[in-house]
Amino acid sequence: MARAVSRNTRIGWTIAAWVVALIIFFPILYTIITSLKSEQEAISGFNLIPSFTLQSYETVQSQNNYFRPFMNSVILAVGSTLLALIVAIPAAWAMAFSPTRRTKDILMWMLSTKMMPAVAVLVPIYLIFLRTGLMDTRIGLTVLLMLINLPIVIWMLYTYFREIPGEILEAARMDGATLRDEILYILTPMAVPGIASTMLLNIILAWNEAFWTIQLTTTNAAPLSAFIASFSSPQGLFWAKLSAASTMAIAPILILGWFSQKQLVRGLTFGAVK
Amino acid sequence: MATRQTASLARLMRAPAIILLLIWMAVPLAMTLYYSFLNYNLLNPAGTSWAGWFNYQYFYTDPAFFASIWNTLVLVLGVLFITVVGGIAIAILIDKPIFGQGIVRILVISPFFVMPPVAALIWKNMIMHPSYGVFADIAKFFGAAPVDWFAQYPLFSIILIVAWQWLPFATLILLTSLQSLDGEQMEAAEMDGAPAYSRFLYLVLPHMARAITVVILIQTIFLLGIYAEILVTTNGGPGTASTNLTFLIYRAARLNFDIGGAAAGGIIAVILTNIVAVFLMRAVGKNLD
Amino acid sequence: MGRITLEGVAKRFGDVEVIPPLNLDIEDGEFVVFVGPSGCGKSTLLRLIAGLEDVSDGRILIDGKDATDESPAKRGLAMVFQSYALYPHMSVRKNIAFPMKMAGMDQAEQDRRIEAAAKALNLTNYLDRKPGQLSGGQRQRVAIGRAIVREPSAFLFDEPLSNLDAALRVGMRLEISELHNRLKTTMIYVTHDQVEAMTMADKIVVLHAGRIEQVGSPLELYLRPKNAFVAAFIGSPKMNLFTGAAAAEYGATTIGVRPEHIAISPTAGKWQGRVGVSEHLGSDSFFYVEDTGLAETITVRSDGEVNMHHGDTVWLTPTEDKIHKFDANGDRIQ
Repeated sequence: MARAVSRNTRIGWTIAAWVVALIIFFPILYTIITSLKSEQEAISGFNLIPSFTLQSYETVQSQNNYFRPFMNSVILAVGSTLLALIVAIPAAWAMAFSPTRRTKDILMWMLSTKMMPAVAVLVPIYLIFLRTGLMDTRIGLTVLLMLINLPIVIWMLYTYFREIPGEILEAARMDGATLRDEILYILTPMAVPGIASTMLLNIILAWNEAFWTIQLTTTNAAPLSAFIASFSSPQGLFWAKLSAASTMAIAPILILGWFSQKQLVRGLTFGAVK
Repeated sequence: MATRQTASLARLMRAPAIILLLIWMAVPLAMTLYYSFLNYNLLNPAGTSWAGWFNYQYFYTDPAFFASIWNTLVLVLGVLFITVVGGIAIAILIDKPIFGQGIVRILVISPFFVMPPVAALIWKNMIMHPSYGVFADIAKFFGAAPVDWFAQYPLFSIILIVAWQWLPFATLILLTSLQSLDGEQMEAAEMDGAPAYSRFLYLVLPHMARAITVVILIQTIFLLGIYAEILVTTNGGPGTASTNLTFLIYRAARLNFDIGGAAAGGIIAVILTNIVAVFLMRAVGKNLD
Repeated sequence: MGRITLEGVAKRFGDVEVIPPLNLDIEDGEFVVFVGPSGCGKSTLLRLIAGLEDVSDGRILIDGKDATDESPAKRGLAMVFQSYALYPHMSVRKNIAFPMKMAGMDQAEQDRRIEAAAKALNLTNYLDRKPGQLSGGQRQRVAIGRAIVREPSAFLFDEPLSNLDAALRVGMRLEISELHNRLKTTMIYVTHDQVEAMTMADKIVVLHAGRIEQVGSPLELYLRPKNAFVAAFIGSPKMNLFTGAAAAEYGATTIGVRPEHIAISPTAGKWQGRVGVSEHLGSDSFFYVEDTGLAETITVRSDGEVNMHHGDTVWLTPTEDKIHKFDANGDRIQ
């Protein structure tokens, strides 16, 4: 609303908003600060100015081989997202541009698969993974994460594709474009922003998944979520180390997340709030 | 003909997604249902036998089961209360004409991008630890005795962590809804002499009703499955004080190797989730046309 | 060449028949307007000709060749859409070039035609902009440019002016008419606005509920509407229709008199009434006469200098030979 607001009121609201925002952000901020402290500093009371040592980061890498879970996270998140896109793009495309009377039902049904609680299928999935040798493999987890997020991916793409006006496709058809031309010159360039947003959100979701990754991995394929969970039983002084590992685990996704605020709303509400 | 060709091509394009999801939905669920009627323990797979309704009966007579249902309920409702009320308040605050709105937004939504184990560990060790946490530092500053949060108030502590993670989600969606409110409508109300609180009550709140419903339903679906936060903080304890249904089933399957029991629990979880899901699907479905 | 013939063309969506079988001939070089109220099937008919919808029955011939099963691209028609349907990610130049690129035309010829079209449509300075940076009228011209460069056998316009404001609409109407005079290519133009139809068309096709009510030149429709629907639809302000005793007097179920065919007098005449709203446009005056006992209001159009006001008692006299008579089915009585 473009309304005249007195400067004092504005400053008042600003202070209130910043205080709330900083309280909410504080745990993350304090973790980043602590990661730059030495272990001794980390436990010697409240202190916002660290000694800026990178010692903890080095320790996490050398003792726990941080690089491996990090790579696993990247492979799982990106891999499952790409896999989901390969399946979802044609499906969302077909439903957006050649809807049938059952399209709505199919979409609702797809959504319903997302409602299935993970524990409901924990037993069979666990046993299947155990018996087929998929346990603790990247490929098994990649496929699983793909299936879990597939409904959201299809839904998001569908809502994006639906925003491409049908008349533009008809215009292309009138202009002599074949289906291939239509896809290559018209639809793809127009759909790319939507696909990119979908990809971004799905990478975030897959990166942060922490039920199946903990259940189905031990060391080989464990991504960061499972790796960090193993810090739950501390040995010795580990506050700074934990903070360093945590900071590295959340930093990439935090930055990606900041860029995807709008898409987040759309993706997580299945287009119900825009 | 052109449009008929498109139709059959469309069917082909939809097929892989539908088939994959069909398999993903039907096969494991059927297996869970089957296992739920078996006496099946991974420690003694040779002793597998038909159990009938025994697993369900067992759950029904297990005090831990009712404790876990109760805890699930408290957890979900507690988080919902904090996030919805807090979300509305923060959304309204951010929507005010403030300096640095973009950065405030970024700060507020950040917790949502923190993976559950990290969120739980940060709170457990950095914030709520009885000797080294910030809360303890604050207590000491005021000369009070630090609280051992996870031992004394395990469920509340978990609610706090989960609420912190989901508050950004609620805020973001409510803010989106708030920003779509017609400014002229508010100005008209102001011209009509409606004071701020009645503008909120009669204009803002009804406008956000749909977004609030969506927030409640979607969060409920996710909150019913809270797992990692419990695993890395209290491990469900002390006793069953912070065990929810998801965690109870995880324990049966992975720690007691009781496949039949866990499967029965899974089926119960499906039923509970579906009750919520039906309402969610209706809310979403309305928006499809 | 652009002769289009529809033979028994029908369209059903499921069980709903939107267009019952109809026949229509469009001559080469003709400017044909499909007009009718919204939902009358005029856009569907255009899309059937374009090939964007499949016909349920019948044949479409273009220049004598059966094009019923031909894809839209192969029919050699160009279409201008209501929403302009410009490609938002392409510059104006690329938008206009797109159909030529699809046809595999060589670059030099493409450039020549783009320059010519841009010059004709006043787009030369905008060729490197994206559609998002253009005004409504400019977008409309780009859409037309994209259609022109293909040198199609016929142009199809689907309510092309309905997204423009009133002043711009009049200007574009003239431009399209000029374009037709210059190119002499067949044009089929869909609109719900009878003013557009009257001003632009060589031939108007009035559609109602998927049926063709009348085909004819603007003047024919104005002078001899085939039925009460066409009579009421064509002409602005609308024709006054009376039923009952007033009609029976002329041996008809319904009679119609256009506002311009009623004389208004403060002293004497056939029907007595009272002036309700009066609109003085300078060139014309419109009076909405109430309490005549014939119809709710009677619209009268008269000279701009006739000065009468709200509440004045007036007498109306229809021009006898300009009265349209319709029977119980609404059809014209000759």
